[in-house]
Amino acid sequence: MMSNLYDALDLVRSFDASLFQIIGLSLFVSLSAVAWAAVIGVPLGALIALNVFPGRTFIIVVINALMGLPPVVAGLIVYLSLSRSGPLGSWGILFTPQAMIIAQTLLVTPIIAALTRQTIEDAWVEYRDELTAMNIGVAARAATLIWDCRFSLTTALLAGFGRAAAEVGAIIIVGGNIDGFTRTMTTTIALETSKGDLPRAIALGGVLVGIIVIVNALAWSTQRLGARFSGA
Amino acid sequence: MKRLHTLAALAIFGALSMTPASAQDKSIVVASTTSTQDSGLFGHLLPAFKQKTGIDVKVIAQGTGQALDTGRRGDADVVFVHAKSAEEKFLSEGQSTKRYPVMYNDFVLIGPKSDPAGIKGTKDIVAALKTIKEKGAPFISRGDRSGTNMAELKLWTVAGIDIAKDKGPWYKDIGQGMGAALNTASASNAYVISDRGTWLSFKNRGDLVVAVEGDKRLFNQYGVMLVNPAKHPTVKADLGQQFIDWLISPEGQKNIADYKINGQQLFYPNATDPNA
Amino acid sequence: MTMLAMTTDLPIALEHVNVVAGGTSILSDITLRFSAGAPTILIGPNGSGKTTLLRVAMGLLQPSNGRVTWGGQERVAPQRRAIVFQRPAMLRRTAAANIEYALASADVRRDIWKQRTTELLAMVGLSGLGERPARKLSGGEQQRLALARALARNPEVLFLDEPTAALDPYSTKAIEDVLVTIAAKNIKIVMSTHDLGEARRLAGDIVFLNHGRIAETGAAADFFHAPTTSDGQRFIAGELLI
Repeated sequence: MMSNLYDALDLVRSFDASLFQIIGLSLFVSLSAVAWAAVIGVPLGALIALNVFPGRTFIIVVINALMGLPPVVAGLIVYLSLSRSGPLGSWGILFTPQAMIIAQTLLVTPIIAALTRQTIEDAWVEYRDELTAMNIGVAARAATLIWDCRFSLTTALLAGFGRAAAEVGAIIIVGGNIDGFTRTMTTTIALETSKGDLPRAIALGGVLVGIIVIVNALAWSTQRLGARFSGA
Repeated sequence: MKRLHTLAALAIFGALSMTPASAQDKSIVVASTTSTQDSGLFGHLLPAFKQKTGIDVKVIAQGTGQALDTGRRGDADVVFVHAKSAEEKFLSEGQSTKRYPVMYNDFVLIGPKSDPAGIKGTKDIVAALKTIKEKGAPFISRGDRSGTNMAELKLWTVAGIDIAKDKGPWYKDIGQGMGAALNTASASNAYVISDRGTWLSFKNRGDLVVAVEGDKRLFNQYGVMLVNPAKHPTVKADLGQQFIDWLISPEGQKNIADYKINGQQLFYPNATDPNA
Repeated sequence: MTMLAMTTDLPIALEHVNVVAGGTSILSDITLRFSAGAPTILIGPNGSGKTTLLRVAMGLLQPSNGRVTWGGQERVAPQRRAIVFQRPAMLRRTAAANIEYALASADVRRDIWKQRTTELLAMVGLSGLGERPARKLSGGEQQRLALARALARNPEVLFLDEPTAALDPYSTKAIEDVLVTIAAKNIKIVMSTHDLGEARRLAGDIVFLNHGRIAETGAAADFFHAPTTSDGQRFIAGELLI
């Protein structure tokens, strides 16, 4: 075990080029997924929070449930859709980073939408009178509350990133774990472990955990920053 | 206005993230097996091929059955697997028009040094399997429709054992690749059938050693096929055929023979063997 | 400074307004008119319905029955009226940004925002605090900022719900001074208060509420000199009205 750890540290220290390619791809895929999930999920969550419509409760329950969508299921759905013999086969993006981004977006969007909905709904209770008294229109209300809740929403985005960065089930199915092309930290850890090449797996595991810790630290400092604008 | 800049940056980033790296670059998708990948063969072969032709080969490593299914869906251009009967079925379905033998290696029965079934060093794989079953010695099966798995199942049949019916708790079907199977065998002191290539490059052996080898029935042939462009128009037939042609060319065959781990050759080229 | 109004919200007329919530009657048969002129002060014990009455008159609450009209029209959007709540909600931005938000909501031209913001901050005695996060202001400062925010919308009618209830005397005076100033500029003030002294100081008219009904109305001078109802008399004598 210890020799594996030392080898792992050596790998990281030597700035093994392929290691950094893998890390770079992981960040690219997960950050892109979070960006897309935010673009879809934040307005969606705000829309649901601020409007009454038939089936609202049902939709909220479904989105909350989808937060727990198993990554392999998401991977399977995207795989079947993007396969050449599937409905979106003509896009030709199976086994590419784009497919991985789509799969992770599928996983992260419910998280961001659900957290946004909860946050905006709570904020609306607080601001309802003031915004109604100022005759603020429907779209402007959403924009105002989203900006006002920016610290909580950033935390939601960071939570989404954590989920994306940590998963392997979806991206290994739709990405194919192709060497130099769709291999990320998590898929490489899975592969190297199965090949018995533990130093590499441990090195990547360490980097991945390190990134997750940094993300959590960012979440924490965002909360602290938010306190600056929120009073005591 | 700062917000507009952020929005613009996000939009550009979003657009970039969705453009495939190169829509029309020279690349093919090859569906192959976990044993060829885990042995490190592709890491050795593909750079040479890329240097010669400029074609990027993207390998999806799955079990043989899964790889052939990927071909059937048109998601791969070439399939490179090792289960002749499954490959011939693929041909008969019209999913490919020609099968090319490429190389062979052999399977080995791996087991713990402690050898609970008492078969270490014997030469008869069928007898060894019978003994394992009689003694209820722990045995790991890949259970994933891979070439190795199909070979294992065939050997049980040759031994006259209906393994699906007669298996007991000693027989563990894990549904995973060769590396995972070896890891599991190492951790649970069990026997497992592996291809030699993966075994030679496997780094987590623990107490595992080769128990039985050399039986003619452990022969393992690899074949490559181009997915039929008539059935799947998006297949990159020209580039795919270039890859196949290179594999069976003297240069490609030499590359295969040159791949060694610790001085030991893993795969034996035999594209010219008419019976392969 | 005052824009020429195309429509007016005054007079605000409540006709036989009832508000029932959860089986309880909060306001019963309120018929009332708020007309241009001196401030109208709502007084009455806790739970008498003052807040609810203000919310109905502002248009934030639909009555269970009865009619509310603004300048003779029903269902008029709150463009010429504003309200300061007992516990105002501050946006998570600076004090100045809060005022700018109100200016934007009233479609005030962007190029005069800075100037208006400075003026409004000065008017409520918050000069120099523009860049502080609004939520970091003290209670009194937040109340004054809420007032500045309401005034940013250049209202014709300004509602205030017990604005000085939780404030120290300094902040109370600051707010009352502003109210006196803007009342002199012909902004109609409708305010509820707990503080009879404050009512005496500011009122032109008194509306005395008890148990969700209008117990008495009248000019302030008349009411404080000689209330016509026994409840009114007992109230200004400082008795607890159950």
